[in-house]
Amino acid sequence: MAECHPVGFQWVMEAKARGARIFHVDPRFTRTSAMAHRHLPIRAGSDIVLLGALINHMLSGGHDFREYVLHYTNASVILNENFRDTEDLDGLFSGFDAETSSYDPETWAYAAEHRDETLSHPRCVYQVLKRHFARYTPEMVEQVCGIAPNDFAELADAVVANSGPDRTTAWVYSVGWTQHTVGVQYIRTAAILQLLLGNIGRPGGGILVLRGHASIQGSTDIPTLFNLLPGYLPMPYAHHHEDLDSYLERAAGDTGFWGHKRAYMISLLKAWWGDAAHAENDFCFDYLPRLTGDHGTYQTVLDQIDGKVKGYLLLGENPAVGSAAGRLQRLGLASLDWLVVRDLQLIESAMFWKESPEIESGERTAEEIGTEVFFLPAASHVEKDGTFTNTQRLLQWHHKALDPPDDARSDLWFMYHLGLRIRERLAGSTDPVDRPVLDLTWDYPEEGPYRDPSAEAVLREINGYDADGETLTGFTALRDDGSTSCGCWIYSGCYADGVNQTARRKPGAEQSWVAPEWGWAWPSNRRILYNRASADPQGRPWSERKAYIWWDGEQWTGHDVPDFEKTKPPSYEPPPDATAEAALGGADPFIMQTDGKGWLFVPRGLVDGPLPAHYEPHESPVSNLLYGQQANPVRQVYPRPGNRYNPVGGDVYPYVFTTYRLTEQHTAGGMSRFLPYLSELQPEMFCEVSPELAAERGLVHGDWATIISARSAIEARVLVTDRVRPLRIQGRVIHQIGLPYHWGSAGIVRGDSANDLLPIVLDANTHIQESKVATCDVQPGRRPQGPALRALVRRYRRMAGIPED
Amino acid sequence: MGIESWPVIRQLTGTDPLGRGRAARSGRTDALVPRTRTADRVADSVCPYCAVGCGQKVYVKDEKVVQIEGDPNSPISRGRLCPKGSASKQLVTSPTRQTTVLYRRPYATEWEPLGLDEAMDMIADRVIAARRAGWQDAFEDKPVRRTMGFASLGGATLDNEENYLIKKLWTALGAIQIENQARI
Amino acid sequence: MSNSLYGPLPDVAEDAGYTEPPERRGFFTDTSVCIGCKACEVACKEWNAVPDDGFALTGMSYDNTGALGASTWRHVAFVEQTRPHQVGDGVDTRWLMASDVCKHCTHAACLDVCPTGALIRTEFGTVVVQEDICNGCAYCVSACPYGVIDRREDDGRAWKCTLCYDRIGDGLEPACAKACPTDSIQYGPLDELRERASARLNTLHEEGVTEARLYGEDDSDGVGGAGAFFLLLDEPEVYGLPPDPVVTTRDLPAMWRWAGGAALALAGGVALSFLGRR
Repeated sequence: MAECHPVGFQWVMEAKARGARIFHVDPRFTRTSAMAHRHLPIRAGSDIVLLGALINHMLSGGHDFREYVLHYTNASVILNENFRDTEDLDGLFSGFDAETSSYDPETWAYAAEHRDETLSHPRCVYQVLKRHFARYTPEMVEQVCGIAPNDFAELADAVVANSGPDRTTAWVYSVGWTQHTVGVQYIRTAAILQLLLGNIGRPGGGILVLRGHASIQGSTDIPTLFNLLPGYLPMPYAHHHEDLDSYLERAAGDTGFWGHKRAYMISLLKAWWGDAAHAENDFCFDYLPRLTGDHGTYQTVLDQIDGKVKGYLLLGENPAVGSAAGRLQRLGLASLDWLVVRDLQLIESAMFWKESPEIESGERTAEEIGTEVFFLPAASHVEKDGTFTNTQRLLQWHHKALDPPDDARSDLWFMYHLGLRIRERLAGSTDPVDRPVLDLTWDYPEEGPYRDPSAEAVLREINGYDADGETLTGFTALRDDGSTSCGCWIYSGCYADGVNQTARRKPGAEQSWVAPEWGWAWPSNRRILYNRASADPQGRPWSERKAYIWWDGEQWTGHDVPDFEKTKPPSYEPPPDATAEAALGGADPFIMQTDGKGWLFVPRGLVDGPLPAHYEPHESPVSNLLYGQQANPVRQVYPRPGNRYNPVGGDVYPYVFTTYRLTEQHTAGGMSRFLPYLSELQPEMFCEVSPELAAERGLVHGDWATIISARSAIEARVLVTDRVRPLRIQGRVIHQIGLPYHWGSAGIVRGDSANDLLPIVLDANTHIQESKVATCDVQPGRRPQGPALRALVRRYRRMAGIPED
Repeated sequence: MGIESWPVIRQLTGTDPLGRGRAARSGRTDALVPRTRTADRVADSVCPYCAVGCGQKVYVKDEKVVQIEGDPNSPISRGRLCPKGSASKQLVTSPTRQTTVLYRRPYATEWEPLGLDEAMDMIADRVIAARRAGWQDAFEDKPVRRTMGFASLGGATLDNEENYLIKKLWTALGAIQIENQARI
Repeated sequence: MSNSLYGPLPDVAEDAGYTEPPERRGFFTDTSVCIGCKACEVACKEWNAVPDDGFALTGMSYDNTGALGASTWRHVAFVEQTRPHQVGDGVDTRWLMASDVCKHCTHAACLDVCPTGALIRTEFGTVVVQEDICNGCAYCVSACPYGVIDRREDDGRAWKCTLCYDRIGDGLEPACAKACPTDSIQYGPLDELRERASARLNTLHEEGVTEARLYGEDDSDGVGGAGAFFLLLDEPEVYGLPPDPVVTTRDLPAMWRWAGGAALALAGGVALSFLGRR
């Protein structure tokens, strides 16, 4: 966190000064470790064992926050008698189909019976959890993670001591948890632990993701993601006779706040297609294209190589450096008919045809690459109005300070004017496929010399309007009859009362510690989600020290906007046929869940199991000590030329590597490697190795090393450091190599890209690549130049018995 | 400038006989004013790097950004910025920033200039053609009404409003391969 | 003559001819909370338009700017240490980080040797180079007991931290202190900073961090106390700081006469240059 979010880290330092105990779990000793009370070096890819052992510690030692667990989680739910756990099936859950490598989740559903409030029924979630995590012991932590039992005990004791009515523990993570083939299950394991300890929905608690880009949260909320519509409504999949009703049936549950999904969806369709959307035509639901599988960015790149994608637009993104399997990324770009790159600088993804490892090695020449490339200069953040959504769901408006230079324009300008041009060309078309474009609401007021569309007008559309054209006060005002429009239901209220709430900048010193009048947080300006859980079932704060939201006899009140219906009493019991939020009780804090409970066990929604289980990374030096099942059985693999995988174990690729960022650089470098003041601070690609590994391979500090995988080989300067420790795993020494991934072939400072080493292998829930762990070899000296580079990679593949490309 | 302001005269006649302070001040030193003071205007902004969302103040003079620093009013950042945030002015004013359109013909070895309007027209034509070429009414018998002809990958430094228009226009065109750093 | 070149000096600005000067200002850099982010280095460069200092990996941990110099006015040192576990086997890793800066000495040798009057004491008690006066003679460079001030190769003039003289004159914090994410760099009236530092030191000692110490806060030291002082977690040498710096002009009480003469010579030069411009 100190490395990648230094200014956010000031609050950790504040907490530390006030007595908080800080643990840092990371393969390397980083700048965060330097500030922590304890650094626990861990083998990359083994976190579920550590977290699972903490869960086991809480359950076997009776440390769970029983009242919270009983009332606020699904611990007492009885499971289907046909459900089989990994305990029964050696690492698989019931429902697995080996042929399709997928699960049928039918047996994961709750049994029809009621709950067991004593938590003693053998099939209740609590007892299933206990059995499931029983094998996650401190000894297993030592054998799999490389963390000694006394270090584990110190962590476990601190978590216990800092959880309960009077204290809370927070877990903070970043892509160190998500970029795995079991990424979602990492977060799930933390969620189970935090729910058991009562650390969700309370101040100082939570599982806090540190997102790495200014509006990466916003890019998820208002998704430029293939499988989502704004506000986490799913994109429709292709089915026979799918209409709005059947889509909504599948989209989410009928109870809890998703029960209003029809209002959210119809309001979105109204925002997009205005008067053209009405009840008679299913509000233009058929205008939405349909999905038939994974259309994520990695699938798209493979489709580019296979000639299925003609055109590509990169809007402030540099996949040639920033995405896994860099060589495939660049081959994808080289296979296109045309490419548009919008950025501030001439990044690698714009220059791939001229400067790239493939050009250098002679594998490709510019004269062979048929891609037509447009580079369009982008406006910087100070040259446009708009909102970023930060990592705590806070929308903050940034004001335009001046016009962008020359041809530089905002992406808002680009999309708007491109839309105008496309509509102009299609005007008068009678082809039904053009109706969705021609009927689209696309009439934003224009401003300034470049005819910029008004960003405020777009934000107002996102906020939504009522039938009279007034801006909506919030998502509870949305209707399912077509009388309201709203571009993103969770953002509704950001322009309440005709005021840009996101532009509020009341000084922090002039308001409470929650600072509710700075910017605007979704939903409804709530700063802690599910904060009903900060009070006990009767509505009283769990403790004075941790008071946040409470029932004052008439309504919910406190420091934050209650994430609950303001006047629903704690005693409320839903009538039998109730829907939406009315179906949840007065002590059900998790209002987006169909049952209002925090899910320790997830009966639906995940493709790789209702409980987390430790699987080894796709490329691992060791076999899975916990189960016969080696790796996540539903992970997405793409064995094909250019994407060969290193075998498990073996001597050819004996070392683990992990990739990461440095404070002084930013992601794929487009915003840092071109700036002298940042480039001079971290001027070269390096690898971090332990003195023991340096001795084993003859690596010299300050000299060069070549790192080799089945995909490619890169060179890096060597930093020999005690901050990287060899770990003893299952009786043998495992070396880990640290690789920052910022460099490429353009910019003031240049170097090889760590992403060139990585394969494409994905988490099946999120389709996110496993870039936090893979295997490699390392040798002293610089890598070969020219054709010898690919020859080296091939020689290694042959040694490992990997198929030829 | 009169002779009484010469350092040596001040040194010999004033309170600073060693000439190490007041007497040695130059006219430039006396006239120093921070450029935050002389800016024409200041805009409230937000740091474009990570997702902490630090507040920034952007100072503009003669239509140039002359300083970007932290906004002390922000309850998130309290005026502080990391090295990247502190380099924001260089990000914006970088001399290597490419501010005009460049075009690379198929199989060409060099860039060539292109007008913005012309580029926009060409891109509009190509989007329409790729959409047509990759159009699917059905996939495995099920209606899909989509195009696989073009794809888009957006960075996570885009504004919400920009992401909204991207999703809206591409979806209306039937494109589904709309992706973002958020999946990476 | 009240002017002093050595030992404690109650009001360093008054000594330099300012009547009723504001409180002396300085930096307290608490390295125990430094996260080594180098925001100070960048914020300083952005504000003061300091050029980059080259693009070479030094191999000195995460430090790639090396040392303070003409083009690095804040420099973050990184020190990797290992020591045996206090209990049990193995070693503990410690990564010390510290942002160094010009000390703005009470007795500033750079200023004392400057023949042109380019280096001056400001009303805030800080020491600055006047870039319009400096002729690049570099006497200051060898005079500095800390090796801070340096000449820039391209323009030949001497450069160093000004404690953002223009900013503090307008009531603003210096750029580095303002940016510092963890408040490792604190700016303010020196007396206040010394009190704060002493309290912080006590807290650390109570927490068992017995190796914590202050550096440069003592006005009876060899430079009469520094305007920019530090809380360190190890010996100064570990961070590349001299353990017992002494103002290099301590033994040259006659310096002022020489300096005065040089200033007269300069005045002539300045007059000539005025004539030349007209």
